[in-house]
Amino acid sequence: MKRYIPPQIPRLALAFAIVISLFLVLRHLLIPDTFGKYGPYRAASMDDYSTIEIHYAGQQACFECHQDIEDLKALDVHSGIHCETCHGPGQKHSTSAEAADILKPTGREFCGNCHMMNAARQKDAVLQVDLTKHNIGKNCTECHNPHQPWEMKK
Amino acid sequence: MEPQYQNLYDILANSQGYIFPNEIDLQWGILIVVYPFITGLVAGAFILASLERVFKVKILKPTYQIALLTALSFLLVATMPLISHLSQPQRAYEIMITPHSSSAMAIFGFVYLWYLAVVLLLEIWFDYRHSMVVWSNEKKGVMKWVYKILTLGVSDISPQALKWDRKLGYIITVVGIPSAFILHGYVGFIFGSIKANPWWSTPLMPIIFLFSAMVSGISLVLLVYMIISYFRKKTIDLNVLDAIGKYLFFVLILDFTLEALDQIHRIYVAEESFEIIKLLVSGKLYLTLFISQGLVGTLIPLITLAFLQFYKHKIKVRKTMYFIVGILVLIGVYSMRWNVVIGGQLFSKSFSGFTSFKLGLIGLDGTLMAAFWLILPIGILTFLLWLLPPWKMVDEEE
Amino acid sequence: MSQSASTMGNEKIGSSRRKFLKSAVTLAGATIGYTWLKSSQILIFAAEPKDETLPWYGIAIDIEKCIGCGSCAKACKNENDVPKEPFFFRNWVEQYTVKNDGTVDIVSPNGGIDGFVQRVPDEDIFKSFFLPKMCNHCAKSPCEQVCPVGATFLSPEGVVLVDEKYCIGCRYCVQACPYGCRFIHPVKKVANKCTLCYHRLKKNLAPACMEVCPTGARMYGNLRDKQGPLVKFLKEHTTQVLRPNLNTGAKLYYNALSSEAR
Repeated sequence: MKRYIPPQIPRLALAFAIVISLFLVLRHLLIPDTFGKYGPYRAASMDDYSTIEIHYAGQQACFECHQDIEDLKALDVHSGIHCETCHGPGQKHSTSAEAADILKPTGREFCGNCHMMNAARQKDAVLQVDLTKHNIGKNCTECHNPHQPWEMKK
Repeated sequence: MEPQYQNLYDILANSQGYIFPNEIDLQWGILIVVYPFITGLVAGAFILASLERVFKVKILKPTYQIALLTALSFLLVATMPLISHLSQPQRAYEIMITPHSSSAMAIFGFVYLWYLAVVLLLEIWFDYRHSMVVWSNEKKGVMKWVYKILTLGVSDISPQALKWDRKLGYIITVVGIPSAFILHGYVGFIFGSIKANPWWSTPLMPIIFLFSAMVSGISLVLLVYMIISYFRKKTIDLNVLDAIGKYLFFVLILDFTLEALDQIHRIYVAEESFEIIKLLVSGKLYLTLFISQGLVGTLIPLITLAFLQFYKHKIKVRKTMYFIVGILVLIGVYSMRWNVVIGGQLFSKSFSGFTSFKLGLIGLDGTLMAAFWLILPIGILTFLLWLLPPWKMVDEEE
Repeated sequence: MSQSASTMGNEKIGSSRRKFLKSAVTLAGATIGYTWLKSSQILIFAAEPKDETLPWYGIAIDIEKCIGCGSCAKACKNENDVPKEPFFFRNWVEQYTVKNDGTVDIVSPNGGIDGFVQRVPDEDIFKSFFLPKMCNHCAKSPCEQVCPVGATFLSPEGVVLVDEKYCIGCRYCVQACPYGCRFIHPVKKVANKCTLCYHRLKKNLAPACMEVCPTGARMYGNLRDKQGPLVKFLKEHTTQVLRPNLNTGAKLYYNALSSEAR
């Protein structure tokens, strides 16, 4: 007499086999191509980053047109500050050359972001001004040329 | 100002101390409170069912199928709050095809499927196969075929085949107990493994989750049993209630002890995060932790259950007391989930301030959505009880 | 049907069924085998890629040089299209003020973008400093560890990136980052964070925050290059990472970090 095989077992095994196979086939179809190339992630996503456009051009791009400012700036304390720190993102301006595409901040508030008195600012890191006393009512750029702050305007 | 950010501006205005700017927006809302609550109900209900099966607690027999079907109806919904809180729910399948081996959340998908397909469905299938075969022979029309499909075409009801149903069902139950432990211990691990969050990060978290799961699952089955009996106009067997109540009492003691141990440990070691957590529990979590979880959800039920062990009140009083205890315990466990999930996000990881949580009514992460996921399983359970009525099962002598 | 009953017809059905089963099993087996190979390949590569020819980026911030102008935070939002609302920052600056009574006051109004106004009078101040924050690009990053689908990862150059086309938005990474550096982008609806301007690095440009820093308080560089400026800086200064107890392998080193900083 043959050994008794309960009919539930082959039927359930078949059902599980179908479901698992279906899962594996689906997985095979859905898994992204470059997944796992370098690690458990989609390697192609790193290439996606290369397509993101830049907004800050970097100061070399500025100096290609504004050689004069480079020379001017080099002589004074703001020489280490890159153009886009104050003028904002310049990639658009560098291709359009439109004045509207770049910022020209002049206000006390803007300069104050660096130069306002603050206990957290180290004394030798930046020159600090008491904005409540220093030439009230005047814009900084009326006296100072931001590209050459110590060559006072007359 | 765009209206979508209005809520965040309100929260910013209400924040206390210093919080990191990205922390103003609370990431996990009420849906993530509901998720471990539902999973806990599943694990707890299943463990109660296993008591009858594996440990041969005969008195619990009337609740066996009810517990299994309750577990199944809640398990079917368990992932829905998770999926509906995703910002990209259409990508949820990725968790199954490319699970990240180091992520606690990724492995949950497989633990869940194992528990659903290998444990619960199989156990119910073995248990009901005999009845389903009989029903498919009795019924006419569509239902005949529904039952036939449910049996997967295995219509052998010879004593030998039925013996194998019981045998295999038993094996599945034995496998099921550790699976239920893993399922819910695992949910605790999802929180307990986040080292960035001192309110979550404790190795006790999976165990606490597990015991509170058992507490909530047992209470739920107690309530479901009473409600079903009411609708079927059958007398509730007080012995069943007493037996469930006894287990609930013991597990509740364990649960309470473990959670107390966790808090005592926190207070004693008083790590870097202690000051902020002290402020958290005495302030923003005071109501939900001490009142709702501690007093209403733990102490009152404990005292009541202790009384019920010794004093034999009138039957009607006892029934009412069990019913109230069941509801209080569920409120307590829900509050516990709330305290873990929401509480863990209220304080800043800078340990220097608090954000606040404003629960909305509508929307994807609102109260109505959460209520929907809590009510849906009850609907499923009603359907399952109609499809597979435990009281119409074919009697078989073991 | 009994086991022994076998007529001509039954035999035929039996053999065709057997044939079907056989091919089904072969198909399933082949698929399982192939998928297993494919997944084990993922496991093998899951180890940190040791491509010595690529840089391994680290960052240094000199707190003594930071003047809290907020240029870095502003530039970061401009460069990476981060919404301007004050709830989403890849890069922000905090001001710590330790008072004479021992309490610590921390502020970061709009991430420091609009500048800082000292709010504690000089006579009450024990000390005060700015603390610029950004992603630490941890080598053992907790955020990368918990991502369930591998949508965030440590690139071969040691930069923690988010795959915006693959992120499911579960927010587990936001919970896991001890530094609060992640958020859910309100428009893209996926996790977002500092990428060390990976798109700029690929074009040999400095990250936007480094480009605009007026005092040179921030620097990035190749930690593998033992003669490089970053390693030189780390050798010559007493640097510390944030939350060293969490063992995140943070690669953002602060010079002159005060013990109050978190």
